[in-house]
Amino acid sequence: MGDWTIADLEDWDARIRAKVEAFGLHPYPQDFEISDAEEMLGYMAYSGIPSHYGHWSYGKAFEKLRTLYAHGVSGLPYEMVINANPSIAYLMRDNSLCLQILTIAHVYGHSDFFRENFYFRATDATNALSSFRAAARRVRGYVEDPSIGAERVEPFLDAAHGLSLHINRNPSVPRLRPGEERERLLRDAVAPPDPWASLHQPHPVVMPDLQRNPPSPVDDLLLFVRDNNPYLSEWERDLLTVVDAQARYFQPQIDTKIMNEGWASFWHREILRALELPPGLHLEFLVHHNQVVRPHPGGLNPYHLGLEIWDTLDARCVGDRSLLFEVRRAERDVSFLRRFLDADLMRKLDLFEVDQRGEQRVASKVSSEDDWEAVKATLLQNVGSATIPVIRVVDADHGGSRTLLLHHDHDGRELHLEYAEHTLAHAYRLWGRPVLLATRLGNKEMLLRRDAEGFSAAPA
Amino acid sequence: MRTSDGERSDRSATDRKRHREKLRASIRENIADIIAEEAIIGRDRDRLVKIPIRGIREFRFVFGDNTPGVAQGDGSTEPGDVVGQAQRSGPGTGPAGDAPGDETYETEISLDELTEIMFEDLELPDLERRAMREIVSDHAARRKGYRRVGIRIRLDKRRTARERIRRLVVHRGRTGNELASPEQRLPFHREDLTFRHVTSTPRDDSNAVVICIMDTSGSMDTLKKYLARSFFFLLHRFICTRYRAVEIVFIAHHTEAREVSEDDFFHRGESGGTMISSGYRKALEAIETRYHPSLWNIYVFHCSDGDNFESDNPSALECATRLAAVANLFGYGEIKPGGKRSYESSMLHLFRRLDASNFQALVITDRTEVWPAFRGFLARDRAALPSEEARD
Repeated sequence: MGDWTIADLEDWDARIRAKVEAFGLHPYPQDFEISDAEEMLGYMAYSGIPSHYGHWSYGKAFEKLRTLYAHGVSGLPYEMVINANPSIAYLMRDNSLCLQILTIAHVYGHSDFFRENFYFRATDATNALSSFRAAARRVRGYVEDPSIGAERVEPFLDAAHGLSLHINRNPSVPRLRPGEERERLLRDAVAPPDPWASLHQPHPVVMPDLQRNPPSPVDDLLLFVRDNNPYLSEWERDLLTVVDAQARYFQPQIDTKIMNEGWASFWHREILRALELPPGLHLEFLVHHNQVVRPHPGGLNPYHLGLEIWDTLDARCVGDRSLLFEVRRAERDVSFLRRFLDADLMRKLDLFEVDQRGEQRVASKVSSEDDWEAVKATLLQNVGSATIPVIRVVDADHGGSRTLLLHHDHDGRELHLEYAEHTLAHAYRLWGRPVLLATRLGNKEMLLRRDAEGFSAAPA
Repeated sequence: MRTSDGERSDRSATDRKRHREKLRASIRENIADIIAEEAIIGRDRDRLVKIPIRGIREFRFVFGDNTPGVAQGDGSTEPGDVVGQAQRSGPGTGPAGDAPGDETYETEISLDELTEIMFEDLELPDLERRAMREIVSDHAARRKGYRRVGIRIRLDKRRTARERIRRLVVHRGRTGNELASPEQRLPFHREDLTFRHVTSTPRDDSNAVVICIMDTSGSMDTLKKYLARSFFFLLHRFICTRYRAVEIVFIAHHTEAREVSEDDFFHRGESGGTMISSGYRKALEAIETRYHPSLWNIYVFHCSDGDNFESDNPSALECATRLAAVANLFGYGEIKPGGKRSYESSMLHLFRRLDASNFQALVITDRTEVWPAFRGFLARDRAALPSEEARD
């Protein structure tokens, strides 16, 4: 243990909480748990969830983390904080008092973000952990059920994990039932009332294909399979629900990494300044703080980028920080960067586009007068869910043979073919009938197909 | 604010075990390539070896390697600047999970574990052992449940305390109230004491000697020696898993044979012609003087490129017959990196006349054949066992 006792931490926690309230942050009630390195690795492998279903991929994550840690390639994070009400945070036992104070303040920043940011509303923080626990128990039940067993659960989970990230990217767009969706399509097909109808060509009415399932392309692959493959067993449907719920729970964290880390770093700095630490602690704090938010040349440190933008926003606020709170409530990384990362800041940060040429990484565009918008566009493609290809279900009964047709929305980036092949095999396992994926490879429209015979690719 | 409960079970243990199993399966699939790696052959048993293992990949739809990214510079980056080496698709480059590409990484594994994996899929029966040689050499102690009686050192304090608490609860339930005062204690009882029980199983063990004979004549070049060495390595490893005390004898021969050190065996080149019988005689001599068949399991393997003097052939065959009679397993491996073109002139032709069930002659033409050849060699031993035939 470091140079502190539990009583010290509780004392500092109370002082920090007073500052948190004074600054107007609104975190969940907070639980802290002090853990050693091994336990931290364990939590990290399961993304911090205290009770999570078992799967070998988490064993792999653990081994990987431990190897990196043991070889000194990566350190452990100072803390982990869980989006839950009450929130749980894990503190590293080996940290010094100063680091613990910094960490506790940082945790409150995250917790405030979890509670107040729009995109976290759907995560149901109050019940999240208990529903994870219930899901873990059910999955264990399936594994122990002699009529199911690990040898069927594991490959099914492998397959479900392969598609789990393909979910609706904007939780503010409600998920309509097929009936409601058809009504919407019909409504949209009819021309809006036009007071100048006599002056215009009448709008042609294009009737939507109401027979098609889904009526319009669907983002949620796992849920679509669950609801439209009648041959799945109950336990299989349940596994799809569980895996989907987990991906949905973590999606906002993926989508707000830069904002969220910047926000927490911004506030831990504000809080520690306001605490008026004794000089020794303060100096140590500055060292740690700079360590965390320093730029990573050749890479991109989300703490640094996030904090820089929050600082420029804070500079705009004179006495009234309501702008900050408003932005924290309404944005996620893509919109946050689009709105507030301007050419000046990009130049100050020396952001550039990096391309791979042979064995080397080369700066292809820098944030110059001509190119900064292109660099920014590339950046927006590389944050959060934008790093995941958009793949939608277009037709569940393609060619009248219950073949699943998926469509990749090509945005200039190609799919990795080998990965696509194996992931289609996952989709085939879940769907039980041939699966097609329309995509573009080397400027040619291609149709990838996976069926009982195996994988094939043909020009569309 | 609380400290984590150190007693909590290690929850990732099951998932780690399963991942490890999958890794082992993938090692097993590629074993022929892995064991042919130069780095593995001829290592100490406790040393860790690094072997390239392809990580178990988790497939998702991801973008290909050539998608551009954004990075930060030191303030003076110009278009065209080289900012680093292309990453060999390391893990964790984005939130999408695993980076695609060649996820091969080196894994450290102890030689013992590798050997275990290697022989796991052979499903070999225990090799032939003669009763005379078996010596009860070891007692393996193993925990097995709990007992009410035992020696002091095996007292399980935790369980003992639990027994007492159990009695306390029963006592409370019966009298309907707490103990009247702290002075009224409920001491430990004889019945509370719980001891760990340990059983020991005697293990049968025996001795084995591996006799490696190699042709070191001028025609055996580095590649041939390397292939021979791979084979000897496997044989030695295998014998080590089956017997407790394993000795190894190296015999190098050209027209004359002598016992040499391991280093000389593999590295010192010689020249001249080949008389295989000399090597066999030397082996017979060693068996006679030091490794009597009634006390030792004997494994003999000979590697050569097969270019023997014609005149030596009858005597070689005779010695080989005598070796087969005393050895558990006797093998001849012909190393022909260029293919099998001189088959008819080779020793293989001659050894067809050797009629012994524990003799096996085989050809190795390149390094990927070492493992299949080795399997075939041991299969010979299996076929020689009557009990095994009955099982098949």
